[in-house]
Amino acid sequence: MLNIDEIQNGIVIDHIKAGTAVGLMDLLGIKGNRSASVALIQNARSHKSPTGRKDIIKVEGDSSWLNLDVLAYLDPNITVTTIHDGKPVKKEKPQPPRRLVNIVRCRNPRCISSIEEECDQIFELSANGKYRCIYCEQELQVNRD
Amino acid sequence: MRHLIDPLDFTREETDALLDLASRIREDPAAYQEVARYKKLATLFYEPSTRTRLSFEAAMLNLGGHVLGFPSENVSSATKGESVADTIRVVSCYADIAAMRHPKEGAPLRASRYSRIPVINAGDGGHQHPTQTLTDLMTIRSRKGTLNGLTIGLCGDLKFGRTVHSLIKTMVRYEGVRFVLISPEELRVPDYIITDVLEGSDIPYAETRSLEESMPGLDILYMTRVQKERFFNEEDYIRLKNSYILTRDKMALAKPDMAVLHPLPRVNEIALDVDDDPRAAYFEQVQNGVYVRMALIMTLLGLPDPKAPKEGV
Repeated sequence: MLNIDEIQNGIVIDHIKAGTAVGLMDLLGIKGNRSASVALIQNARSHKSPTGRKDIIKVEGDSSWLNLDVLAYLDPNITVTTIHDGKPVKKEKPQPPRRLVNIVRCRNPRCISSIEEECDQIFELSANGKYRCIYCEQELQVNRD
Repeated sequence: MRHLIDPLDFTREETDALLDLASRIREDPAAYQEVARYKKLATLFYEPSTRTRLSFEAAMLNLGGHVLGFPSENVSSATKGESVADTIRVVSCYADIAAMRHPKEGAPLRASRYSRIPVINAGDGGHQHPTQTLTDLMTIRSRKGTLNGLTIGLCGDLKFGRTVHSLIKTMVRYEGVRFVLISPEELRVPDYIITDVLEGSDIPYAETRSLEESMPGLDILYMTRVQKERFFNEEDYIRLKNSYILTRDKMALAKPDMAVLHPLPRVNEIALDVDDDPRAAYFEQVQNGVYVRMALIMTLLGLPDPKAPKEGV
Protein backbone atom coordinates (compact mmCIF):
# COMPACT_ATOMS: atom_id res chain seq x y z
CA MET A 1 0.00 0.00 0.00
CA LEU A 2 1.36 3.36 -1.07
CA ASN A 3 1.20 5.99 1.65
CA ILE A 4 0.92 9.71 1.06
CA ASP A 5 1.01 12.02 4.04
CA GLU A 6 -2.27 13.46 5.15
CA ILE A 7 -2.68 17.12 4.39
CA GLN A 8 -3.25 19.69 7.13
CA ASN A 9 -5.25 22.25 5.14
CA GLY A 10 -6.71 21.81 1.68
CA ILE A 11 -9.04 19.45 -0.15
CA VAL A 12 -9.17 15.80 -1.10
CA ILE A 13 -10.95 14.84 -4.30
CA ASP A 14 -11.82 11.21 -3.79
CA HIS A 15 -13.58 8.34 -5.56
CA ILE A 16 -12.36 9.41 -8.98
CA LYS A 17 -12.76 6.65 -11.54
CA ALA A 18 -9.45 4.78 -11.67
CA GLY A 19 -7.15 5.97 -14.43
CA THR A 20 -8.98 9.24 -15.14
CA ALA A 21 -7.35 11.63 -12.65
CA VAL A 22 -4.54 12.59 -14.99
CA GLY A 23 -7.06 13.85 -17.55
CA LEU A 24 -8.98 15.58 -14.80
CA MET A 25 -5.92 17.58 -13.71
CA ASP A 26 -6.16 19.69 -16.83
CA LEU A 27 -9.89 20.38 -16.48
CA LEU A 28 -9.50 21.28 -12.82
CA GLY A 29 -6.80 23.80 -13.68
CA ILE A 30 -4.06 21.92 -11.84
CA LYS A 31 -1.94 21.37 -14.89
CA GLY A 32 -1.24 25.07 -15.38
CA ASN A 33 -0.66 25.82 -11.69
CA ARG A 34 3.05 26.01 -10.86
CA SER A 35 2.85 26.76 -7.13
CA ALA A 36 0.24 24.47 -5.57
CA SER A 37 1.30 21.32 -3.74
CA VAL A 38 -0.64 18.50 -5.37
CA ALA A 39 -0.57 14.73 -4.90
CA LEU A 40 -2.13 12.35 -7.37
CA ILE A 41 -2.76 8.77 -6.31
CA GLN A 42 -3.64 6.46 -9.12
CA ASN A 43 -5.32 3.04 -8.83
CA ALA A 44 -5.64 3.17 -5.04
CA ARG A 45 -7.59 0.32 -3.44
CA SER A 46 -11.30 1.02 -3.04
CA HIS A 47 -14.08 -0.93 -1.35
CA LYS A 48 -16.81 1.17 -2.94
CA SER A 49 -15.66 1.09 -6.54
CA PRO A 50 -16.89 -1.89 -8.59
CA THR A 51 -13.41 -2.18 -10.08
CA GLY A 52 -11.79 -2.13 -6.62
CA ARG A 53 -9.63 0.81 -7.69
CA LYS A 54 -9.94 4.59 -7.62
CA ASP A 55 -7.89 7.73 -8.12
CA ILE A 56 -7.43 10.48 -5.53
CA ILE A 57 -6.18 14.04 -5.86
CA LYS A 58 -4.99 15.98 -2.80
CA VAL A 59 -4.38 19.71 -2.92
CA GLU A 60 -2.54 21.35 -0.02
CA GLY A 61 -3.34 24.96 0.98
CA ASP A 62 -5.60 27.37 -0.85
CA SER A 63 -7.88 25.53 -3.28
CA SER A 64 -10.13 28.38 -4.34
CA TRP A 65 -8.45 28.48 -7.74
CA LEU A 66 -9.59 24.95 -8.56
CA ASN A 67 -12.31 24.65 -11.18
CA LEU A 68 -14.52 22.17 -9.34
CA ASP A 69 -17.60 22.93 -11.45
CA VAL A 70 -16.82 20.25 -13.93
CA LEU A 71 -16.53 17.40 -11.41
CA ALA A 72 -20.22 16.69 -10.96
CA TYR A 73 -20.76 16.29 -14.65
CA LEU A 74 -17.68 14.22 -15.30
CA ASP A 75 -18.17 11.75 -12.51
CA PRO A 76 -21.16 11.86 -10.14
CA ASN A 77 -19.42 9.55 -7.64
CA ILE A 78 -16.62 11.99 -6.88
CA THR A 79 -16.51 13.51 -3.38
CA VAL A 80 -14.70 16.65 -2.26
CA THR A 81 -13.53 16.78 1.37
CA THR A 82 -12.26 20.00 2.91
CA ILE A 83 -9.47 19.49 5.45
CA HIS A 84 -8.75 22.04 8.18
CA ASP A 85 -6.01 21.55 10.79
CA GLY A 86 -5.68 17.95 9.70
CA LYS A 87 -9.38 17.15 10.19
CA PRO A 88 -12.15 16.74 7.62
CA VAL A 89 -14.63 19.59 8.16
CA LYS A 90 -16.84 19.21 5.12
CA LYS A 91 -17.51 16.38 2.68
CA GLU A 92 -19.75 16.94 -0.31
CA LYS A 93 -20.64 15.76 -3.75
CA PRO A 94 -20.32 18.65 -6.20
CA GLN A 95 -23.58 19.85 -7.73
CA PRO A 96 -23.76 20.19 -11.50
CA PRO A 97 -23.35 23.86 -12.43
CA ARG A 98 -25.95 25.58 -14.62
CA ARG A 99 -23.27 26.46 -17.16
CA LEU A 100 -19.92 25.13 -18.26
CA VAL A 101 -17.85 27.93 -19.79
CA ASN A 102 -14.68 27.13 -21.73
CA ILE A 103 -14.23 23.79 -20.04
CA VAL A 104 -15.01 21.56 -23.00
CA ARG A 105 -15.38 22.26 -26.69
CA CYS A 106 -18.48 21.64 -28.80
CA ARG A 107 -17.72 18.82 -31.20
CA ASN A 108 -20.37 19.70 -33.76
CA PRO A 109 -18.51 20.77 -36.92
CA ARG A 110 -21.59 22.71 -38.00
CA CYS A 111 -21.59 24.85 -34.83
CA ILE A 112 -20.59 28.52 -35.09
CA SER A 113 -18.30 27.99 -32.09
CA SER A 114 -16.14 25.76 -34.29
CA ILE A 115 -15.04 28.67 -36.51
CA GLU A 116 -15.79 31.94 -34.73
CA GLU A 117 -12.80 33.68 -33.15
CA GLU A 118 -12.94 34.46 -29.42
CA CYS A 119 -16.19 32.52 -29.11
CA ASP A 120 -16.70 31.12 -25.60
CA GLN A 121 -17.59 27.45 -25.44
CA ILE A 122 -20.76 27.52 -23.36
CA PHE A 123 -22.92 24.56 -22.35
CA GLU A 124 -26.07 24.90 -20.29
CA LEU A 125 -27.80 22.29 -18.18
CA SER A 126 -31.08 21.31 -19.84
CA ALA A 127 -34.26 20.22 -18.09
CA ASN A 128 -33.35 16.55 -18.42
CA GLY A 129 -29.95 16.99 -16.77
CA LYS A 130 -27.84 17.01 -19.94
CA TYR A 131 -25.55 19.78 -21.04
CA ARG A 132 -26.17 21.33 -24.44
CA CYS A 133 -24.18 23.83 -26.46
CA ILE A 134 -26.05 27.13 -26.32
CA TYR A 135 -25.39 27.72 -30.01
CA CYS A 136 -26.26 24.45 -31.72
CA GLU A 137 -27.95 22.53 -28.85
CA GLN A 138 -25.68 19.55 -29.42
CA GLU A 139 -25.41 17.41 -26.31
CA LEU A 140 -22.06 17.53 -24.56
CA GLN A 141 -20.11 14.34 -25.11
CA VAL A 142 -17.29 13.88 -22.65
CA ASN A 143 -14.76 11.13 -22.89
CA ARG A 144 -14.57 10.08 -19.26
CA ASP A 145 -11.75 7.61 -19.75
CA MET B 1 -34.28 44.78 -27.29
CA ARG B 2 -36.00 41.72 -28.74
CA HIS B 3 -34.55 39.26 -31.25
CA LEU B 4 -36.05 36.19 -32.86
CA ILE B 5 -33.43 33.46 -32.77
CA ASP B 6 -35.36 30.46 -31.56
CA PRO B 7 -39.08 29.96 -32.19
CA LEU B 8 -39.54 29.79 -28.42
CA ASP B 9 -38.16 33.30 -27.93
CA PHE B 10 -41.78 34.40 -28.21
CA THR B 11 -44.29 33.09 -25.71
CA ARG B 12 -47.38 31.39 -27.01
CA GLU B 13 -49.35 34.59 -26.34
CA GLU B 14 -46.78 36.69 -28.22
CA THR B 15 -46.82 34.21 -31.08
CA ASP B 16 -50.61 34.33 -31.26
CA ALA B 17 -50.53 38.14 -31.20
CA LEU B 18 -48.02 38.15 -34.06
CA LEU B 19 -50.18 35.77 -36.09
CA ASP B 20 -53.19 38.01 -35.41
CA LEU B 21 -51.23 40.97 -36.73
CA ALA B 22 -50.16 38.99 -39.80
CA SER B 23 -53.83 38.15 -40.44
CA ARG B 24 -54.81 41.81 -40.20
CA ILE B 25 -52.06 42.66 -42.70
CA ARG B 26 -53.37 39.98 -45.07
CA GLU B 27 -56.86 41.47 -44.83
CA ASP B 28 -55.70 44.98 -45.72
CA PRO B 29 -52.07 45.19 -46.90
CA ALA B 30 -52.49 48.77 -48.15
CA ALA B 31 -53.05 49.98 -44.59
CA TYR B 32 -49.49 48.94 -43.73
CA GLN B 33 -47.56 50.29 -46.70
CA GLU B 34 -46.06 53.23 -44.81
CA VAL B 35 -45.56 51.87 -41.30
CA ALA B 36 -41.80 51.21 -41.66
CA ARG B 37 -41.01 54.33 -43.69
CA TYR B 38 -37.33 55.35 -43.39
CA LYS B 39 -36.47 52.07 -41.63
CA LYS B 40 -33.78 49.80 -43.08
CA LEU B 41 -33.52 46.01 -43.05
CA ALA B 42 -30.09 44.43 -43.55
CA THR B 43 -30.21 40.97 -45.13
CA LEU B 44 -27.09 39.05 -44.09
CA PHE B 45 -27.24 35.88 -46.11
CA TYR B 46 -24.10 33.76 -45.85
CA GLU B 47 -25.79 30.88 -47.62
CA PRO B 48 -27.76 30.79 -50.88
CA SER B 49 -31.47 31.29 -50.30
CA THR B 50 -33.53 32.97 -52.93
CA ARG B 51 -37.00 32.69 -51.49
CA THR B 52 -36.37 33.48 -47.83
CA ARG B 53 -34.32 36.48 -48.81
CA LEU B 54 -36.92 37.68 -51.30
CA SER B 55 -39.63 37.15 -48.70
CA PHE B 56 -37.81 39.35 -46.18
CA GLU B 57 -37.11 41.98 -48.81
CA ALA B 58 -40.71 41.96 -50.01
CA ALA B 59 -41.93 42.23 -46.41
CA MET B 60 -39.80 45.31 -45.71
CA LEU B 61 -40.66 46.95 -49.03
CA ASN B 62 -44.38 46.27 -48.43
CA LEU B 63 -44.04 48.19 -45.16
CA GLY B 64 -42.49 51.16 -46.96
CA GLY B 65 -38.99 50.47 -45.65
CA HIS B 66 -35.65 49.92 -47.35
CA VAL B 67 -33.41 46.90 -47.75
CA LEU B 68 -29.64 46.57 -47.88
CA GLY B 69 -27.34 43.57 -47.90
CA PHE B 70 -24.46 41.91 -49.66
CA PRO B 71 -25.18 40.52 -53.12
CA SER B 72 -24.06 36.96 -52.39
CA GLU B 73 -22.36 34.87 -49.78
CA ASN B 74 -19.13 34.94 -51.78
CA VAL B 75 -18.62 38.67 -51.49
CA SER B 76 -19.43 39.03 -47.80
CA SER B 77 -16.87 40.11 -45.26
CA ALA B 78 -16.92 36.54 -43.95
CA THR B 79 -14.81 35.53 -46.94
CA LYS B 80 -12.19 37.96 -45.62
CA GLY B 81 -12.29 36.22 -42.26
CA GLU B 82 -14.46 38.64 -40.30
CA SER B 83 -16.29 37.16 -37.35
CA VAL B 84 -20.07 37.21 -37.04
CA ALA B 85 -19.68 39.31 -33.89
CA ASP B 86 -17.75 42.00 -35.76
CA THR B 87 -20.03 41.94 -38.80
CA ILE B 88 -23.16 42.59 -36.76
CA ARG B 89 -21.49 45.40 -34.82
CA VAL B 90 -20.73 47.07 -38.13
CA VAL B 91 -24.17 46.42 -39.60
CA SER B 92 -25.78 47.85 -36.44
CA CYS B 93 -24.42 51.20 -37.63
CA TYR B 94 -26.16 50.93 -41.00
CA ALA B 95 -29.56 49.36 -40.44
CA ASP B 96 -32.48 49.26 -37.98
CA ILE B 97 -33.00 45.50 -38.08
CA ALA B 98 -31.15 42.50 -39.55
CA ALA B 99 -32.14 39.11 -40.93
CA MET B 100 -29.31 36.57 -40.90
CA ARG B 101 -28.97 33.24 -42.65
CA HIS B 102 -25.79 31.34 -41.92
CA PRO B 103 -24.57 27.79 -42.59
CA LYS B 104 -23.23 27.48 -39.05
CA GLU B 105 -25.64 26.62 -36.27
CA GLY B 106 -25.97 29.32 -33.63
CA ALA B 107 -24.52 32.12 -35.78
CA PRO B 108 -27.59 34.39 -35.37
CA LEU B 109 -27.52 33.82 -31.60
CA ARG B 110 -23.87 34.79 -31.56
CA ALA B 111 -24.74 37.90 -33.62
CA SER B 112 -27.60 38.89 -31.32
CA ARG B 113 -25.23 39.02 -28.36
CA TYR B 114 -23.20 41.74 -30.02
CA SER B 115 -25.93 43.57 -31.90
CA ARG B 116 -27.45 46.97 -31.22
CA ILE B 117 -30.39 46.19 -33.53
CA PRO B 118 -32.93 43.33 -33.51
CA VAL B 119 -31.62 40.18 -35.20
CA ILE B 120 -33.89 37.70 -36.93
CA ASN B 121 -32.67 34.16 -37.50
CA ALA B 122 -33.43 33.47 -41.16
CA GLY B 123 -32.08 29.91 -40.87
CA ASP B 124 -28.89 28.64 -39.21
CA GLY B 125 -27.55 25.44 -40.73
CA GLY B 126 -29.72 22.46 -39.90
CA HIS B 127 -30.77 24.02 -36.62
CA GLN B 128 -33.63 26.55 -36.51
CA HIS B 129 -35.75 28.52 -38.94
CA PRO B 130 -38.23 30.44 -36.79
CA THR B 131 -39.77 32.65 -39.49
CA GLN B 132 -40.62 29.55 -41.50
CA THR B 133 -42.29 28.26 -38.35
CA LEU B 134 -44.39 31.40 -38.04
CA THR B 135 -45.32 30.96 -41.70
CA ASP B 136 -46.30 27.35 -41.04
CA LEU B 137 -48.36 28.29 -37.99
CA MET B 138 -50.21 30.98 -39.90
CA THR B 139 -51.00 28.56 -42.72
CA ILE B 140 -52.13 25.80 -40.36
CA ARG B 141 -54.29 28.22 -38.41
CA SER B 142 -55.88 29.70 -41.52
CA ARG B 143 -56.61 26.22 -42.93
CA LYS B 144 -57.82 24.53 -39.73
CA GLY B 145 -59.08 27.54 -37.78
CA THR B 146 -57.02 26.50 -34.75
CA LEU B 147 -53.63 25.26 -33.65
CA ASN B 148 -55.09 22.95 -31.01
CA GLY B 149 -56.09 19.31 -31.28
CA LEU B 150 -54.23 18.55 -34.52
CA THR B 151 -52.41 15.42 -35.67
CA ILE B 152 -49.39 16.59 -37.61
CA GLY B 153 -47.43 14.28 -39.89
CA LEU B 154 -43.87 15.31 -40.67
CA CYS B 155 -42.35 13.48 -43.59
CA GLY B 156 -38.93 13.17 -45.20
CA ASP B 157 -35.70 14.56 -43.81
CA LEU B 158 -36.48 15.01 -40.14
CA LYS B 159 -32.81 14.95 -39.13
CA PHE B 160 -31.42 17.96 -40.97
CA GLY B 161 -34.79 19.63 -41.65
CA ARG B 162 -34.58 22.68 -39.43
CA THR B 163 -38.14 23.72 -40.25
CA VAL B 164 -39.28 20.45 -38.73
CA HIS B 165 -37.38 21.01 -35.48
CA SER B 166 -38.71 24.54 -35.12
CA LEU B 167 -42.29 23.51 -35.89
CA ILE B 168 -42.27 20.70 -33.32
CA LYS B 169 -40.80 22.92 -30.61
CA THR B 170 -43.49 25.50 -31.18
CA MET B 171 -46.50 23.24 -31.69
CA VAL B 172 -45.97 21.36 -28.42
CA ARG B 173 -47.21 24.50 -26.65
CA TYR B 174 -50.72 23.98 -28.04
CA GLU B 175 -53.27 21.62 -26.56
CA GLY B 176 -54.08 18.17 -27.89
CA VAL B 177 -51.37 18.07 -30.53
CA ARG B 178 -49.81 14.78 -31.61
CA PHE B 179 -47.06 14.05 -34.12
CA VAL B 180 -46.44 11.29 -36.63
CA LEU B 181 -42.77 11.29 -37.63
CA ILE B 182 -42.33 9.66 -41.04
CA SER B 183 -38.73 9.21 -42.19
CA PRO B 184 -36.08 6.70 -43.18
CA GLU B 185 -33.99 5.43 -40.27
CA GLU B 186 -31.02 7.59 -41.30
CA LEU B 187 -33.06 10.79 -41.27
CA ARG B 188 -34.96 10.40 -37.98
CA VAL B 189 -35.46 13.49 -35.82
CA PRO B 190 -32.49 14.18 -33.53
CA ASP B 191 -32.71 12.50 -30.14
CA TYR B 192 -32.98 15.79 -28.28
CA ILE B 193 -36.25 16.57 -30.06
CA ILE B 194 -37.63 13.26 -28.79
CA THR B 195 -36.25 13.38 -25.25
CA ASP B 196 -36.33 17.08 -24.43
CA VAL B 197 -39.18 18.38 -26.53
CA LEU B 198 -41.74 15.61 -27.12
CA GLU B 199 -41.25 13.39 -24.09
CA GLY B 200 -40.31 16.44 -22.02
CA SER B 201 -43.74 17.94 -22.71
CA ASP B 202 -45.56 14.60 -22.60
CA ILE B 203 -46.67 14.92 -26.22
CA PRO B 204 -47.92 11.77 -27.97
CA TYR B 205 -45.88 10.84 -31.04
CA ALA B 206 -45.24 7.89 -33.31
CA GLU B 207 -42.26 7.16 -35.50
CA THR B 208 -42.94 5.27 -38.69
CA ARG B 209 -41.45 4.47 -42.09
CA SER B 210 -44.76 4.36 -43.97
CA LEU B 211 -46.36 7.47 -45.43
CA GLU B 212 -49.32 5.51 -46.83
CA GLU B 213 -50.29 4.00 -43.48
CA SER B 214 -50.04 7.37 -41.78
CA MET B 215 -52.15 9.35 -44.26
CA PRO B 216 -55.71 8.61 -43.02
CA GLY B 217 -55.08 9.94 -39.51
CA LEU B 218 -53.41 13.23 -40.39
CA ASP B 219 -54.85 16.75 -40.15
CA ILE B 220 -51.63 18.27 -41.48
CA LEU B 221 -48.96 16.67 -43.66
CA TYR B 222 -45.69 18.57 -43.59
CA MET B 223 -43.45 17.40 -46.42
CA THR B 224 -39.73 18.18 -46.53
CA ARG B 225 -36.96 17.96 -49.07
CA VAL B 226 -33.88 15.81 -48.53
CA GLN B 227 -31.29 18.57 -48.69
CA LYS B 228 -28.15 17.81 -50.63
CA GLU B 229 -26.16 20.54 -48.88
CA ARG B 230 -26.58 18.83 -45.48
CA PHE B 231 -24.77 15.66 -46.56
CA PHE B 232 -21.04 15.17 -46.39
CA ASN B 233 -21.40 12.06 -48.52
CA GLU B 234 -23.08 12.27 -51.93
CA GLU B 235 -23.84 8.52 -51.99
CA ASP B 236 -26.03 8.86 -48.89
CA TYR B 237 -27.89 11.75 -50.47
CA ILE B 238 -28.61 9.84 -53.68
CA ARG B 239 -29.76 6.79 -51.74
CA LEU B 240 -32.20 8.76 -49.57
CA LYS B 241 -33.51 11.54 -51.78
CA ASN B 242 -36.35 9.51 -53.24
CA SER B 243 -37.48 8.05 -49.93
CA TYR B 244 -40.91 9.68 -49.87
CA ILE B 245 -42.87 11.10 -52.75
CA LEU B 246 -46.40 12.40 -52.26
CA THR B 247 -48.64 11.50 -55.17
CA ARG B 248 -52.30 11.85 -56.07
CA ASP B 249 -52.79 8.17 -55.17
CA LYS B 250 -51.49 8.75 -51.65
CA MET B 251 -53.62 11.88 -51.32
CA ALA B 252 -56.68 9.70 -51.93
CA LEU B 253 -55.97 8.06 -48.57
CA ALA B 254 -56.09 11.36 -46.66
CA LYS B 255 -58.92 13.24 -44.95
CA PRO B 256 -60.83 15.62 -47.23
CA ASP B 257 -59.73 18.60 -45.15
CA MET B 258 -56.11 17.63 -44.54
CA ALA B 259 -53.64 20.36 -45.51
CA VAL B 260 -50.30 19.67 -47.21
CA LEU B 261 -47.50 22.04 -46.27
CA HIS B 262 -43.95 22.23 -47.59
CA PRO B 263 -41.32 24.85 -46.78
CA LEU B 264 -40.18 24.82 -50.45
CA PRO B 265 -38.25 24.52 -52.62
CA ARG B 266 -39.37 21.05 -53.54
CA VAL B 267 -37.39 18.73 -55.76
CA ASN B 268 -39.55 15.73 -56.48
CA GLU B 269 -41.12 14.89 -53.12
CA ILE B 270 -44.52 16.25 -54.15
CA ALA B 271 -45.74 15.19 -57.59
CA LEU B 272 -46.86 18.11 -59.72
CA ASP B 273 -50.40 16.78 -60.07
CA VAL B 274 -50.91 17.27 -56.32
CA ASP B 275 -50.67 21.04 -56.86
CA ASP B 276 -54.25 21.20 -58.15
CA ASP B 277 -55.60 19.42 -55.08
CA PRO B 278 -57.37 21.97 -52.85
CA ARG B 279 -55.55 20.46 -49.87
CA ALA B 280 -52.20 21.65 -51.26
CA ALA B 281 -51.36 24.69 -49.12
CA TYR B 282 -47.68 25.20 -49.95
CA PHE B 283 -48.02 28.18 -52.26
CA GLU B 284 -50.43 29.82 -49.82
CA GLN B 285 -47.63 29.29 -47.28
CA VAL B 286 -45.28 31.41 -49.39
CA GLN B 287 -47.76 34.29 -49.41
CA ASN B 288 -48.30 33.95 -45.67
CA GLY B 289 -44.53 34.07 -45.22
CA VAL B 290 -44.46 37.65 -46.40
CA TYR B 291 -47.27 38.65 -44.02
CA VAL B 292 -45.67 37.05 -40.95
CA ARG B 293 -42.33 38.65 -41.77
CA MET B 294 -44.08 42.02 -42.07
CA ALA B 295 -45.70 41.40 -38.69
CA LEU B 296 -42.37 40.32 -37.21
CA ILE B 297 -40.50 43.39 -38.44
CA MET B 298 -43.25 45.60 -37.00
CA THR B 299 -43.18 43.74 -33.69
CA LEU B 300 -39.40 43.81 -33.24
CA LEU B 301 -39.18 47.47 -34.24
CA GLY B 302 -42.14 48.36 -32.04
CA LEU B 303 -44.03 49.97 -34.92
CA PRO B 304 -47.66 50.89 -34.21
CA ASP B 305 -50.37 48.84 -35.92
CA PRO B 306 -52.78 51.12 -37.79
CA LYS B 307 -55.46 48.44 -37.69
CA ALA B 308 -55.03 47.35 -34.08
CA PRO B 309 -58.35 46.44 -32.48
CA LYS B 310 -59.57 49.19 -30.19
CA GLU B 311 -59.74 48.36 -26.53
CA GLY B 312 -63.11 47.15 -25.33
CA VAL B 313 -64.20 46.23 -28.86
